[in-house]
Amino acid sequence: MKRLMFAVVTAVLLSACGSAVKLDNVPVEDKSGGANSTNAGAAGMNTAVGKGGVAGVDLSQSARDDAMRATNRIVYFDYDSYVIRPEFQSVLEAHARFIKSDKNRKVVLEGHTDERGGREYNLALGQKRAEAVRRAIVLLGVADNQLEAVSFGKEKPAALGGSEADMEKNRRAEISYR
Amino acid sequence: MNKFLLGFLLGFLSLNVSAQFRVEVSGVGLTQLPIAVVTFRGDDASPQKIGSIVLSDLERSGQFRAVDTGGILLDEVARPEFSNWRQKGADALVTGSVTKLADGRFDVRFRLWDAVRGLDLGAHSYAVSASELRLVAHRVADFVYEKLTGDKGVFSTRIAYVSKVGKVYNLWVADADGENALSALKSTEPIISPSWAPNGSDLAYVSFESRKPEIWVRDVASVKPRLLASFKGSNSAPAWSPDGKMLAVTLTRDGGSQLYLIDARGGAEPKRLAQSSSIDTEPTFTSDGKTIYFVSDRGGSPQIYRMPSVGGNPERVTFSGTYNISPTVSADGRWLAYISRVSGAFKLHIMDLASGAVNAITDTSADENPSFSPNSRLLIYATQQQGREALMTTTVDGRIKARLAGQNGDIREPDWGPMQK
Repeated sequence: MKRLMFAVVTAVLLSACGSAVKLDNVPVEDKSGGANSTNAGAAGMNTAVGKGGVAGVDLSQSARDDAMRATNRIVYFDYDSYVIRPEFQSVLEAHARFIKSDKNRKVVLEGHTDERGGREYNLALGQKRAEAVRRAIVLLGVADNQLEAVSFGKEKPAALGGSEADMEKNRRAEISYR
Repeated sequence: MNKFLLGFLLGFLSLNVSAQFRVEVSGVGLTQLPIAVVTFRGDDASPQKIGSIVLSDLERSGQFRAVDTGGILLDEVARPEFSNWRQKGADALVTGSVTKLADGRFDVRFRLWDAVRGLDLGAHSYAVSASELRLVAHRVADFVYEKLTGDKGVFSTRIAYVSKVGKVYNLWVADADGENALSALKSTEPIISPSWAPNGSDLAYVSFESRKPEIWVRDVASVKPRLLASFKGSNSAPAWSPDGKMLAVTLTRDGGSQLYLIDARGGAEPKRLAQSSSIDTEPTFTSDGKTIYFVSDRGGSPQIYRMPSVGGNPERVTFSGTYNISPTVSADGRWLAYISRVSGAFKLHIMDLASGAVNAITDTSADENPSFSPNSRLLIYATQQQGREALMTTTVDGRIKARLAGQNGDIREPDWGPMQK
């Protein structure tokens, strides 16, 4: 019984520690060479400020966009499908939180397909993928006017080569901070 | 299929039209008129070999078979020995000359003979600059073709297509034989779906230079581009109405790829053509302007439909196969060409619109983007051969094919321009 209590308490403490560290999936980058520059208007962004060499986070918009660009911003799809697989829900949630934090930020969702099939029909399929992501992000509370869904069809593959693995990498929607 | 292979082996012919371009014609046609086109007197001093350009054109049409002339020179004045030509198997004969004039231009003359009846079927002369010599040769071929088949020739028409070399895309305007290509647009972003206006000088296309697909129109003479459609989302698949006043396009501004009509001058609000919760795209007008064929997956997979161009209920047109796209209708209204996926291969098909009968007419497996010649006799399409993208022309029955090779890199997205006025 004691062991169980200990395990429970440990688990609770650990989970509490976990949520304090989570920073909306944004990697903390030292952009300003060590100075602790913070932006008081940065709603929704936790900062770990302290003594002893903890680097601050540059919270200007372009730096935050850069940070978001560096994170996972690609959703992959099955062949002939525009259904968002459950494993990408956390990616969408992270970006939705980020986009909501600044009502002026415009984000473009870019849909792509693999190389099989006609160019115009693939443009339309890519559009479906971009719009699936757009709908999912809107459902997470982002304003519709912050998002535009466009398609590149099969024109901009991420992986050339034609293997099944390459084609998987091309069936995607990308969240683009322009 | 075996018949075609046999024909391919029997009829393979390779012509060197110029150092840069090679036109390979293959196949055996059903009825081909045997014709001899001699070397024109003065050809050796001419920048363009008129006789061989004429012969290439006629062979590519699929309706003529070349008779070996043995290299003989005959000008338009000489009266041929018809029995000799009949013995060689020729039903018709073209003779001519090219003479350089004092002012630097060239005097091109030809005469067409009926070798069977020994008749003079007509003659013409042209005075042109060196840069117009190829066009003159095409006009000679048009004359011969029309006189002997009764159909209008398409040898003086132009094609548009896109090439990709590394990261550089070019939109090319070339003669129907692929020669004289001039770049109308160079870009590091993709260009797709070029579409000739009925006036033969405006070209609509889709560009990704703004990092989303937009429809532009460019006058190929003045190279001055005009942004026609950049609505929210993606803008693509431009198709001109036969009167040149409107374009049917695919827009996603209301969510989802849907068909709209827009004014060719731009500015006005687009008019929605059809409503569906599926993908509607690739609209194309029939030559009488009354019907629009398009692709829709409203039935679960992409199929070809048609509807009145003024709006109305769509009617499904393709029923075999689960993936039918890229429709285009011949100007005479007889044929629908499209791409159908068959066991994973993308193949050009032709449907006889009166009977509904369908034929696959290629033996390649990555066909794209068919476009009819304006006389309804030929198609140009993109395909892959030996791992490289190439443009091909074919007769509607698939018997005679020609490869337009020569541009570096991958070439795709062809569109056949209208008759020259």
